[in-house]
Amino acid sequence: MISGAEIMVRCLQEENVSVLFGYPGAVICPFFDYLYKTDIKAVLVRQEQNAAHSASGYARAKSTVGVCVATSGPGALNMITGIATAYMDSIPLVCITGQVRSDVLGRDVFQEADITGACESFVKHSYLVKNTADLPRVFKEAFHIASTGRPGPVLIDVPVDVQTAEIEEFVYPERVNIIGYKPSVSGHPMQIKRAAEMIRSSKRPVICAGGGVLSSGAKPRFREFIEKTGIPVVSTMMGIGIMPSDDPQYVGMLGSHGRKAANVTVHNADLVILCGARVGDRAVASPDQVVEHANVIHIDIDPAEIGKNMKTSIPIVGDMKNVLPKLLAEVEYHTPQEWKEQVAQWKAEYEPKPQFFDGYVEPKTFIAALSGMVRSKAIMCADVGQNQIWCANNCRLRDGRFFTSGGMGTMGYSVPAAVGAKLARPTRDVIAVCGDGSFQMSLNELATIATENLNVKIIVMRNTVLGMVHELQDVLYESRYAITELSTVPDFVMLAKSYGIDSAIASSNEEAERIAKDMLRSDKPFVLVCNVHPNTSSR
Amino acid sequence: MKYTLSVLVENHAGVLSKVSSLFARRAFNIDSLAVGITEDPNISRMTIVADGDEYVIEQLEKQLNKVIPVIKVRTYREGEYISRELSLIKVNCPAKQRLDIMKISELMGASIVDVSVNTMTLQFADTLERFETLCDLLKPYGIREIVRTGTVAIEKESRK
Repeated sequence: MISGAEIMVRCLQEENVSVLFGYPGAVICPFFDYLYKTDIKAVLVRQEQNAAHSASGYARAKSTVGVCVATSGPGALNMITGIATAYMDSIPLVCITGQVRSDVLGRDVFQEADITGACESFVKHSYLVKNTADLPRVFKEAFHIASTGRPGPVLIDVPVDVQTAEIEEFVYPERVNIIGYKPSVSGHPMQIKRAAEMIRSSKRPVICAGGGVLSSGAKPRFREFIEKTGIPVVSTMMGIGIMPSDDPQYVGMLGSHGRKAANVTVHNADLVILCGARVGDRAVASPDQVVEHANVIHIDIDPAEIGKNMKTSIPIVGDMKNVLPKLLAEVEYHTPQEWKEQVAQWKAEYEPKPQFFDGYVEPKTFIAALSGMVRSKAIMCADVGQNQIWCANNCRLRDGRFFTSGGMGTMGYSVPAAVGAKLARPTRDVIAVCGDGSFQMSLNELATIATENLNVKIIVMRNTVLGMVHELQDVLYESRYAITELSTVPDFVMLAKSYGIDSAIASSNEEAERIAKDMLRSDKPFVLVCNVHPNTSSR
Repeated sequence: MKYTLSVLVENHAGVLSKVSSLFARRAFNIDSLAVGITEDPNISRMTIVADGDEYVIEQLEKQLNKVIPVIKVRTYREGEYISRELSLIKVNCPAKQRLDIMKISELMGASIVDVSVNTMTLQFADTLERFETLCDLLKPYGIREIVRTGTVAIEKESRK
């Protein structure tokens, strides 16, 4: 005989899960109790939302499915923001929650919450498991759904009695058969032919690369495609890292917070090729203006994204890593020299200018310097707020990655994401950059970092205001700073030290760079606090 | 413009909530939704009448396709399908008006399923337009209550 809890753990083993992030509670105890007897590492986070964020960082760094586990009621509810964050950024997660006994479901017993109902609109799929015998199929399907097609979070809610009940034997299904779920991955040959023709006849093409290129694992194919065609590349925030930031062909991030050169390029193009990008409002504020003068080829694994935000001339539904080589085989094309030069000129012309304040760190310059100091495969985790924009536009990635909460804009993402990334890639430099606002949303994870002795470096841009909204108030609300001043900011250095984590504060770029150099030499976690002037803008 | 969508789904608990929550979160407006098991007991069919332009309906179709237990989505075009709605209409009916209402009922092809001293209840299964006509005819007598199933539709095999 085998219990539901044991089956759940055996399923995770079948899926080669070696690390998961969680927080215990009464109705998930049977699962954790069995997990305790295995090699799977359970990382105790300090709040359930961070379990989902850490699983997200882990999933992105390792190109696998991240797993997070919480108990029923408040545990599951706390995890919601993390699940929704992963959903918006198409990160594959399997989120497991304990649930109250199935015979009292719906009676509002202690710590009961309808978590499958509450998560309906931001999971790719969810299960409330009522029979122990269903567990193997449900787990198999959940991992399959989370990781194929457009990736996303899948929730499995397991009542405690389903975990304790026993069945005869454990058989893990070999394959999945869900009649309504067969993602198209190959790209329609006719549409690919038409797209190739459209590229050949274009004079001013631009590629807009999104997170889909990275999650598809199509980076080498993308590289080949742009090298052979010479088409200039802009990226969305999720697409940062698709190519080195200093590559002459890369114009930068587009959008309301992006590089002006990237926006100007898109608005002057006669062909926009969207690759795994959903054209969110922050990336293209007025898609109608773009389509007035440009044709649009949209390649995406999710047919629902094509034509949702921008009118499309040619839709191609498929996985980027399959579609790009096919398209390349059809298209013999070299971008006109004139257009390349024009784009390069815009790029030089609209280079952002740093603004220095005496006695403060200039964050854009520092981010650029820091990203030059780390090793080439470093993982930069940016939080949300001005710090995110400073990082997105100034981080000089080489072969590294850039993790942030792009779609949902969830403050507090960077530190737990860095925890997950470091556990996935222990030999890489992992840096979390946050503001003093966002850091205070997840600084409880310093305990996780200390416990696991993770070599994560945290940069806190301390400007004593909630900078992004503060800046918005300057523009739209006549500088009335309604609840954006962080009147009390703790002494982060003392705070870090209280967790046994070394820390220092810098008030100039020279000082920050000197501390950063030492910090990177050590294999211990570190919190570098940078005093930033409250009037430093995100641009 | 009104569109009729026919959606095949797996017949599991929770599928209806997955579909209906989609309408709420994508801000789609639906006029009616009817669900029932098909010839295959593992599969249910939802018939959805929704209001919107072509963009909305295309999005609706694509978003429905993303729901894992949704097997197939079909939007019917004008003339391609037969649709019916079942309604029960309780109308004021003192004895002296019985004959009038019986005549209307006969004329429209409704059947009388309940009669009391002061009311009469009609059962009517027809198209939306015919239902509206019947209501117009009954209104002067005072309609007390209407219960409707929502539209169900099936593809025409004749004159395809």
